[in-house]
Amino acid sequence: MESLIIILVGVLTTVAIYLVLSKNVVRVILGTAILSHAVHLLILSMGGLKVGTVPLLGEEAEVYVDALPQALILTAIVISFAVTAFILVLAYRAYQELGTDNLGAMRGSDDE
Amino acid sequence: MNNILVLPMLFPIIVGVVLIFLRTYGRIQAWISIASMALTAGISFYLLHTVQTDGIIRLDFGGWEPPFGILFVADSFSILLVLTSSIVTAICLSYALISTSKELQTMYFYPTVLFLAAGVNGSFLTGDLFNLFVCFEVMLLSSYVLLTLGNSKRQLREAIKYVSINIVSSWFFLVALAFLYGTVGTLNMAHVAERVAEVGQTPLLTTISIVFLVVFSLKAGLLLYFWLPGSYSSPQIVTSALFGALLTKVGIYALFRIFSLIFYHQPEITHTIIGIMAALTLIGGSLGAIAFNDIRSIAAYNVVIAVGFMLVGLAIATPAAIEGSIYYLIHDMVAKALLFLLVGTMITLSGTSKMAGMSGLMKNYPLLGWSFFITMLSLAGIPPLSGFIGKVLISSAAIDNGSYVLLTLALLSSILVLYSLLRIFKNCFWGETIVSKEEQLPLRRGVLLPCLALVVLTIGIGLGTEGLSLYVMDAAETLLNPDMYIDAVLGTIQ
Repeated sequence: MESLIIILVGVLTTVAIYLVLSKNVVRVILGTAILSHAVHLLILSMGGLKVGTVPLLGEEAEVYVDALPQALILTAIVISFAVTAFILVLAYRAYQELGTDNLGAMRGSDDE
Repeated sequence: MNNILVLPMLFPIIVGVVLIFLRTYGRIQAWISIASMALTAGISFYLLHTVQTDGIIRLDFGGWEPPFGILFVADSFSILLVLTSSIVTAICLSYALISTSKELQTMYFYPTVLFLAAGVNGSFLTGDLFNLFVCFEVMLLSSYVLLTLGNSKRQLREAIKYVSINIVSSWFFLVALAFLYGTVGTLNMAHVAERVAEVGQTPLLTTISIVFLVVFSLKAGLLLYFWLPGSYSSPQIVTSALFGALLTKVGIYALFRIFSLIFYHQPEITHTIIGIMAALTLIGGSLGAIAFNDIRSIAAYNVVIAVGFMLVGLAIATPAAIEGSIYYLIHDMVAKALLFLLVGTMITLSGTSKMAGMSGLMKNYPLLGWSFFITMLSLAGIPPLSGFIGKVLISSAAIDNGSYVLLTLALLSSILVLYSLLRIFKNCFWGETIVSKEEQLPLRRGVLLPCLALVVLTIGIGLGTEGLSLYVMDAAETLLNPDMYIDAVLGTIQ
């Protein structure tokens, strides 16, 4: 199961990198969103997938699931949510001001 | 009673939240935020003394003993940086109070700066790698907001690049964290260090350390600095002063921490790579600093050179070199804030950032000119100013260690720093005065006061090296003996 997830992480990263390398701002933002999903899955699979029961003391099971990666992912999801929201607004404002969503046109000129 | 340790991060956050509700009162916000940063500096000064007498202190959140909970750890190195960054933030805020327009002051400028300070202080103090990531993000989100504040076309354009590059580097950070957790099963810095020392630094761990190196190099501007000049030279003056003084320093702190505490077992791989990257950074930064005619770009490339210089110290990694880097880190926070504030003032006064548009400012604003002169000498490392001691220690360590290439590049870069700033000094301050006394823009009353405070600070650090050396030596000793840090965190359970 872990190897399947790792392959999925690879596929997601490939898709994301393809999107990030394009010139359209919205595609880049979608790319970064997929990129963060990929790394969340990676963290999850690093803790081992479904090896035991819920990590509660009363369960009296032999093996417990590692709860730490889930806590990490939760934090990372919140952060990437905030950053994605910010960059979407930023892209919209930049589109209003600069009149383009093409990154190639945003290089900036020397005479300003 | 270690609870005071959380205050350098918690206090700015609480004050920042309160200030959001005082949105329309620009001046009140300014005074409250300056007072709170001054108080934070006071707290960190007290902590610095506590560390000297009681050794490294730590605070386990929620009573979870390490390695299970998140914790803050304060040794001399981190507390020195917290102290310096708080003082510099307070001074930059007072510059904002005097010079920034009223519209900007009511656009959540002060709360955002406080959140930035909280992120910076948290990154210095945390003892947990994931918590370091969170503090980085707090700092970065504030820096995104500060970068776009003002809404000019150029800022929006640069902000898109800056935000994207930082999202990618945060992604790398998470990847490195995931692999590290999968390999050693913990994220507490001291615990990771202990386990890496136990099993030895296997090739897998060295690879992970290189991923960390990439992450922090992106944040610090070590070799991967291509994003830096654009984004540091577009925002408001105060913002770029804060960026130049604080942001890259956090990345440098993380590099020092990671490669002296955890991944120090394979210096022939990791530290060699750091050395090569530092050398290339020095070359690239120097070329940038002498190539441009825009004084803000020159100042931004000076940030890059300083990053390369400090990492030369880490690459050599002898006690003298580490000590020199710590001195230089403290000096650079003060001097870079000063440089950006002065350059910003010059741009405001002359209405252009091109060297060709300024001439003979010395006659109109002598105090500004001489402040710039002192800054220039300090950055070039002329005694008795603050840049001197760091440069001497790193250079002599490079000679002792036989790293002559790094030594040559470091000294050459110092000369080029001097040259690039002398060019500004000569073209902008000397020469024909193009604006007559009657026509010159009046220098707002008090604008130079924060700059003069920083000038006094850079002279003070230079002259008071003796008093500082006690703390710096302790900081270097802790960095070079990771067991001290590990024992303090994992050893005696309090």
